[in-house]
Amino acid sequence: MKNRLKVLRAENDYTQEDLAEFIGVSRQTINAIEKGKFDPSLPTAFRISKFFKLPIEDIFDYEEG
Amino acid sequence: MSNYNYINMKKERRKNLIQLAAWTWSWVATLAIASFGPKFIWDDHTTLTVLAVAVNFANGILMIIANRSFFNNLDELARKIHVESLALTLGLAVVVGLSYSLLDATNLIPFDAEISNLVMFIGVAYIFVLTVNTRRYS
Repeated sequence: MKNRLKVLRAENDYTQEDLAEFIGVSRQTINAIEKGKFDPSLPTAFRISKFFKLPIEDIFDYEEG
Repeated sequence: MSNYNYINMKKERRKNLIQLAAWTWSWVATLAIASFGPKFIWDDHTTLTVLAVAVNFANGILMIIANRSFFNNLDELARKIHVESLALTLGLAVVVGLSYSLLDATNLIPFDAEISNLVMFIGVAYIFVLTVNTRRYS
């Protein structure tokens, strides 16, 4: 699953640590999500959506297969 | 800014880790007492030996409960890494353990297959797989 997390974070001038603190996960988790190595759980995706005040589909792009 | 009690979550994870470490060390200590006590401390007194084994068993159960609490409070990526590592370690333990037992049963090794060797193998395998998995997601 692709995502725009890194771009959104840069646009809003937030660090991985800032985002991790708000979401309630580790900085390593944010890093793994940004690199596309780990797909977040639904609650985490909703918290990210709330953090950036954007719909989930504007942040995450699900591709079949 | 609401941060989903991030500080509390970190404190809780640290508390769980310390509890797990404490129960693990006390389990190892009671295991050592139950193993060596009959010979070196209480001269094969049956009641004391039964008591030592019972205390060790109860301590082991509390260690498992502490491990469950630690696991349930892990960050979601950390939990995924641990689950994958546990799955691989369990598979390795069954396959290696049974092959090791078979080697003993068929007299292909000149010594008895000791359970302690398997426990050590499980520990080393888990640390190795956990390290590899952690690197994969970093």
